[in-house]
Amino acid sequence: MPDPPEDASKNPPVAAGEPTRRDVLTRIGVGACAVAATGSGVVTLDFLNPKVLFEPRTTFRAGSPLDYPEGTVRFDRERRAYVVGGNGGIFAMSAVCTHLGCITRYVSDEGAIACPCHGSRFDLEGNVTHGPASRPLPWLEVKLDEAGNLVVDTSVIIPRGKVLKA
Amino acid sequence: MSAHLEVVLLDRLRATALWRSIVRHGTEGTNRNRSLVIFENLFLHVHPVKVREKTLRFTHTFWLGGVTLVATFVLIVTGILLMFYYHPSVPQAYRDMKELAFVVDDGLFLRNLHRWAAHLMVLSAMLHMLRVFYHRAYRPPRQFNWVVGVCLLLVTLLLSYTGYLLPWDQLAFWGVSVGTNMAREAPVVGEKIRFLLLGGNVVSENALLRFYVLHCVLLPVVLLLFVAVHIWRIRKDGGVQGPLEEAEGVAEPETGP
Repeated sequence: MPDPPEDASKNPPVAAGEPTRRDVLTRIGVGACAVAATGSGVVTLDFLNPKVLFEPRTTFRAGSPLDYPEGTVRFDRERRAYVVGGNGGIFAMSAVCTHLGCITRYVSDEGAIACPCHGSRFDLEGNVTHGPASRPLPWLEVKLDEAGNLVVDTSVIIPRGKVLKA
Repeated sequence: MSAHLEVVLLDRLRATALWRSIVRHGTEGTNRNRSLVIFENLFLHVHPVKVREKTLRFTHTFWLGGVTLVATFVLIVTGILLMFYYHPSVPQAYRDMKELAFVVDDGLFLRNLHRWAAHLMVLSAMLHMLRVFYHRAYRPPRQFNWVVGVCLLLVTLLLSYTGYLLPWDQLAFWGVSVGTNMAREAPVVGEKIRFLLLGGNVVSENALLRFYVLHCVLLPVVLLLFVAVHIWRIRKDGGVQGPLEEAEGVAEPETGP
C-alpha cells in the first residue's frame, strides 16, 4: 500500500505499473539473500570436496613379462587387479566386481573369476558369464618401465582387447 | 498421616518464589489449570490438552509411534555414552569397539543396547507406518504428517546405515562399499555423491569421519526436528486416527480431561 504523499514535490506520485521504492528495495534484498544462499551452498560443497587424498598408489610393478606365459592369471589382492598372460600378449584388469564393488576371486579349477558377494561370474577376459553384474571387468593400462618390468595403473581404463605384446 | 505431610510439603514447595517463577498458573485442581499445565510447558505443549480415552487403548495404535520414540531416546542416551570412548579414526575405531566389549564396565551392555534399540526403532517405525496405512490415517487432513513420517523413516534408515560403518570391521567396510556403489549408479551425479559421501575414492578414514559426523550430529538433529513437527501435527490434525469404524462413527462427546 502506498503511503499518503506528504509533500507532492518531494514524493511525486508513482505512475501506475511503476515500481515503488519499497518494491525496488525488496527486490534488491531478496536478490542479495538469494546470492548469499547460493554462495553458501557452493562454498559448502567446495569445502566438502577434499583436495588431497592419502589413498594408496594406483600404479604397481607386476614383474617381468616373461613371468606371464599364456594362461597365467595372477591376482594381486592388495591392488585389486589381475594380470593375465593372454593369447598374444599380457593385459591387466580390475578385480573389483562391476555389480557392487566386492573383490572377485580367480577360481583356477574352473578357469573363471567369481564374486563372493552376489554370485557374479566372469571369464578370463573379464566378460560376464553370469549375473547380476551387467558390465565386464574393465581392462587396466599396462606399460613397461625402463628396466623392462610391467607397470599396471589401476586408475587408467583402456579399451578391451588391447594387449601388451610380449 | 504421612500422606498428609507430603501434601503439606508439596503445598509449601508450590508457594515458594522459585516454584512460582517457573509455574505461573494456579495450583487448584480446575480444568483451566489442568489445561495450563500443557499450554505453558514447552515440552508438553506439542500435545493436545484433551485426548479421547479410546485413542490411548493399546489396540487403537499398538503404541508403535511411542515405541519408536522411546527407542530414539534410548539410542540418544546410549549413543552419547558410547561417544565418550569411541574415536572415529583408523585403526582406533575397531580397537575402541573391542575395548567397549571387553574392558569398559557395562560397555558391552551399552553397545548391545544401542544396537538392539536401533533394530527396534527401524522395525517399530515400519510397523507404525503399516498401522497408519491400514487405518487410512494417511488421508486428509493428515496427508502432510504422512509425508513427515516418510522423511522420518528415511532419516532413521540413514542413521542405521551410517552407524553400520562405525565399528570398522569387515561387515561394516563391505556394507558401506556396496552401499556407496549403489549411490554411484545414480545418473549424472552418482559418482560425485559417492566421492562426497566417502571423502575420497575408496572407503577410508575420511569416510569413517564423515559417517561419524552424519551419524552423531547432522542426522540426529534432523530427526529430532522432524519428530517435533510430527508429534505437534498429530494435535493440529485432530488427534490420533485409529480403526476406521470408530473414525467414521458419530462424533463422540469429548471425555473429561
